Amino acid sequence: MKRSSTITLAHGSGGRATRELIDSVLLKHFGKPDQSGLQDQALFAVEAQARLAFTTDSFVVNPLFFPGGDIGKLAVTGTVNDLAVGGATPLMLSCAMILEEGLELEVLEQVVQSMARTAEEAGVSIVTGDTKVVERGAADRMFLNTSGVGLVPHGVHIASYRATPGDQVLVSGFVGDHGAAIVDARGELHLDIPVQSDCQPLNGLMQVMLEACPDLHCVRDATRGGLATVLNEFASDSGVCLGLEESRIPVREVVRGVCELLGLDPLYLANEGTLAAIVPGDATEQVLEAMRRHPAGREACRIGEVREAPGQTVLLRTPFGTERVLDVLYGDQLPRIC
Amino acid sequence: MQYVNEFRDPEKAQVLIREIQGLTEELGATSESPIRIMEVCGGHTHTIFKFGLEQLLPDSIELIHGPGCPVCVLPMGRVDDCVALAEREEVILTTFGDAMRVPGSRKSLLQAKADGADVRMVYSPADALKLAQQNPEREVVFFGLGFETTMPSTALTVLQAASEGLSNFSLLCNHITIPQTLQALLDTPDLRIDAFIGPGHVSMVIGTEAYGFIAAQYGKPLVVSGFEPLDVLQSVWMILRQMQSGRCEVENQYRRVVPDSGNPAAQNAVAQVFELREFCEWRGLGSIAQSGVQLRKEYAAFDAEHKFRVAPQQVADPKECQCGEVLQGRIKPPQCRVFGTACTPQTPLGALMVSSEGACAAYYNYGIGRHPEPQAA
Amino acid sequence: MCLGIPGQVVEVTDAEKRIALVDVGGIKRPINLACVVESPEAMSEAPGMWVLVHVGFAMSRINEEEAHKTLELLQELGELQEEMRNAAAQVA
Repeated sequence: MKRSSTITLAHGSGGRATRELIDSVLLKHFGKPDQSGLQDQALFAVEAQARLAFTTDSFVVNPLFFPGGDIGKLAVTGTVNDLAVGGATPLMLSCAMILEEGLELEVLEQVVQSMARTAEEAGVSIVTGDTKVVERGAADRMFLNTSGVGLVPHGVHIASYRATPGDQVLVSGFVGDHGAAIVDARGELHLDIPVQSDCQPLNGLMQVMLEACPDLHCVRDATRGGLATVLNEFASDSGVCLGLEESRIPVREVVRGVCELLGLDPLYLANEGTLAAIVPGDATEQVLEAMRRHPAGREACRIGEVREAPGQTVLLRTPFGTERVLDVLYGDQLPRIC
Repeated sequence: MQYVNEFRDPEKAQVLIREIQGLTEELGATSESPIRIMEVCGGHTHTIFKFGLEQLLPDSIELIHGPGCPVCVLPMGRVDDCVALAEREEVILTTFGDAMRVPGSRKSLLQAKADGADVRMVYSPADALKLAQQNPEREVVFFGLGFETTMPSTALTVLQAASEGLSNFSLLCNHITIPQTLQALLDTPDLRIDAFIGPGHVSMVIGTEAYGFIAAQYGKPLVVSGFEPLDVLQSVWMILRQMQSGRCEVENQYRRVVPDSGNPAAQNAVAQVFELREFCEWRGLGSIAQSGVQLRKEYAAFDAEHKFRVAPQQVADPKECQCGEVLQGRIKPPQCRVFGTACTPQTPLGALMVSSEGACAAYYNYGIGRHPEPQAA
Repeated sequence: MCLGIPGQVVEVTDAEKRIALVDVGGIKRPINLACVVESPEAMSEAPGMWVLVHVGFAMSRINEEEAHKTLELLQELGELQEEMRNAAAQVA
């Protein structure tokens, strides 16, 4: 029987076509979870006293492929990172797909391969999943959901409300790369932007950070809304003031160029492989050293400190010595000509 | 970045601040009786907030944020016109990003897009033209907004469309002019502004002589300024020097970009394609004579108003709005009765909150009036 | 309208239509030079030129000499202030 080159409604029916799709594309790249055949669930043992971390995320990006990544890489990275920044060792992921009828099988295979590669890089397995097919027009090519579980070791307590005056604010690398890379991913603005998304798993980096300092206070990856949004969450939830030095925040020259051209602010651009952390003052040097030794943290640096007042505020000191409030935006930034 | 970073040098900024401090003392200005300088352009407002320039300047100088934001002054009725066009099956409505979020009386263009209208954001009118070339079966309408800075680009695009004989490209024109607007502002009674930081990029097109009447008839110095922090500070310094020596002139701080006579090629393109409208409505300021342009009759084929029989609608701002008073410098944004409560960037009621360049949006986004004010080092 | 940014012309892509690739802050984009270059023939002199770019069109040619003059003025102002401070310190 000739293999169809696009997704059809039959692939979602649960019958033979579905099984063929799972075997020939999904299992081929994700591998079988264990020897007991395909069950409806994946099982694993948990030691007593460990805390389970559990997260979920859906991915509906358009276009599916962008400079430095694709929806698959994003889906695995996003969920791995959500676990990792909570101090968890990510263990396994689920992968649910909603495919639009007519999606090219080749595209699906590329995305799945990308997920498998990224999962391997991150040291996690994709152990369970679901595949549905909807009629043409009912989904934008492909929607993905990944959920993930991990284990948080005893003694690790990372939360957005733990920032304390005297702590230092760190960032793991260049800010705004992902946002700049995708700002013209659809080619509408006709810009040739030589920037790749920073999309990468951060669990390896988190591991070395925790080894240097088990008592990290706050960590988040600066995804939608960018660095400014994440830091505001910390300031708000902890009731403190974050004082930042604008000149210390690392931004690539070319990302600055994109921002100048379109009237955007790099601090609000999304990142998919960069984290912000708030660490106790006396642990700052060790943590930074450990980060810089890791490939995902080469450009890690200190960008500010935590103060008591004014509470729930992020202040940015400009190179002119003036200070301004760095607030959250309501809605997305749009390019402007004004 | 060349021609940008050098004009952000903090040391040179300090030099200018010291000069400015000395001059304000000499002129006898105080915080109770400050020298009031209006910056016209939204871009200057943005620079002032981004670099915290108001903190550096002495209290005896007060900066008033003027109406130089073509998005802020976009009347709701015009947005309604755009939305109506976008909702037509055959139309691809193209616009700059700035206009997407401006609320109409029913919805904004962003909301219309979410509801299924074909609205596309472009960086350049040339991109809209390209869309028309690539989609001969669709009608591409470009929403042309902006001051004189943007008019030449739109004009050249219309000329290109004409030379190619395109029949599916048209312009919904909302280009407005600065000099008439400044005059209308200067004519408002009890206006308390002592000098102007003049628009930089409008001037690279129209030249600096267009502002002559402001100094000659209204007795206010005007310095055409660039957009980097050193440019703005130097312009303030130049204004104070004029006052010190009893002069009242139009000066040009932005010589590296603005020739005193402007750009003849750009002016010619504009003159060929556009003519002044009798009246143009400005949100927050009302109707101002000869402050807008429309396509000349020869280019009627490219005029969306003509092609689609758009009847411009007049939609008044909600009566709670105090935009006019803020624009004229009578009150500061936090003093408006609806600032930060009913009127926020998410739910803008009036002109000055709709775009990030508007004075109210700038105040809100930089936390002024909502957070305690930061202090300079 | 304000957002204009300096860029350097890299190469001519369509001399007849006066379009060239311009490097703006590291990003390259085709820009229409009709307002700053008089004729298609003159486009051969365009590469290397600095222009002010607004919505995909070059609206002005950056006057490099004036840029230097502005910065020099500020430099001199700074030096003058320094001298006066030193002079005042000596008198004190």
